[in-house]
Amino acid sequence: MHISRTVEVIVGFFVAIGFIALFFLSMQVSNLGSLNSDGGYEVTARFENIGSLKVRSPVTVAGVKVGRVSEIEFDSETFEAFVTMKIDGRFDQFPLDSSASILTAGLLGEQYIGLDPGGDDELLVNQSELEITQSALLLEKIIGQFLFSQNSDE
Amino acid sequence: MLNYFQRLGVTSLSVLERLGRASIFLCKIIRYTPGVLLRVRLLAAQIYSVGVLSFSIIIISGLFIGMVLALQGYYTLSDFGAEEALGVVVAASLVRELGPVVAALLFAGRAGSALTAEIGLMKATEQLSGMEMMAVDPMARIVTPRFLAGFISMPLLASVFSAVGVLGGYFIGVGLLGIDEGSFWSQMQAKVDFHQDIMNGLIKSVLFGWVVTWIAVFEGYDAIPTSEGVSRATTRTVVNSAFAILLLDFILTALMFGGV
Repeated sequence: MHISRTVEVIVGFFVAIGFIALFFLSMQVSNLGSLNSDGGYEVTARFENIGSLKVRSPVTVAGVKVGRVSEIEFDSETFEAFVTMKIDGRFDQFPLDSSASILTAGLLGEQYIGLDPGGDDELLVNQSELEITQSALLLEKIIGQFLFSQNSDE
Repeated sequence: MLNYFQRLGVTSLSVLERLGRASIFLCKIIRYTPGVLLRVRLLAAQIYSVGVLSFSIIIISGLFIGMVLALQGYYTLSDFGAEEALGVVVAASLVRELGPVVAALLFAGRAGSALTAEIGLMKATEQLSGMEMMAVDPMARIVTPRFLAGFISMPLLASVFSAVGVLGGYFIGVGLLGIDEGSFWSQMQAKVDFHQDIMNGLIKSVLFGWVVTWIAVFEGYDAIPTSEGVSRATTRTVVNSAFAILLLDFILTALMFGGV
């Protein structure tokens, strides 16, 4: 009886440690701790070129992450990329005429969307569309333009 | 020439036959499961011998694999000036692949072989027939609790393995190689997705635990009741488990992450 009790206590510890490990993986290693999926709202934007933007890329304002890209579709009528972003519910004070641009973290880093707040009194709400957008800068095009301007200077 | 074909036919038929018996065996185990779940004490003793006793090897291997991953990942990443991504490399490879697979391989070696040997010896020393004589069903009393214990322990062990491995990577990356602690964790959290990575890793470990303990208890129960037969069955458990784990892992990885 006594031995069996010790065994049961040890098994209890074992199961508890297993669940603590799983909890640690969920909260500290994965994005579950920072992800508040409920209470957010979605805004959309059209881009001529999104570069290598992907679903789940971050959306930032002034460098602070406020949401994620939730969907990327192709509009076959305007030949533009139609990007849906999920903004965290805590950040609901952005003017309606904010602009979105696709930026790159570092020279070769991943791409993300940067929002620049405008001056409108109306605020962004669920499903509102950002009218002013700036496409991703393609390194090849920049290099091409640079070489072209070098040539025309001479 | 015909003899070769005959031998091939005999081999494949016997493989199929074993597979069929193993499936019937599994169905029986599932039928006895509710009864065993009611007798928690029986299950606790088996979780102790299957799970708790495998704990130390899982922790030590997890720690060292995490540390080795950090060292090797740093070597490659520093060529690109992306040392901060070390956390992602360590965590993603552990949670997605190495955690479930290596934990399952160790589990097959440590617990699976012990299960086969124990049940096989019980059969060889006619303890199982003795139980049947006393109207105690060995399937309910011996096999099913061990199977369930393995099924429960394996995901827990794999989680511990991954968690300890990430900590090992942290000690090496932040402590020894001097990577910034904040970016180590934040990049990891930004890239490792709960549903995509953690949950899929957990599903893998549940399936591996199921396959390994299934093979182990079946080989033990099916062993030829001699000392040689038990030793062969134990070897088969480890070899077949390793094959099954790696094959299943390839299929699951292709299904889970293949499209990404």
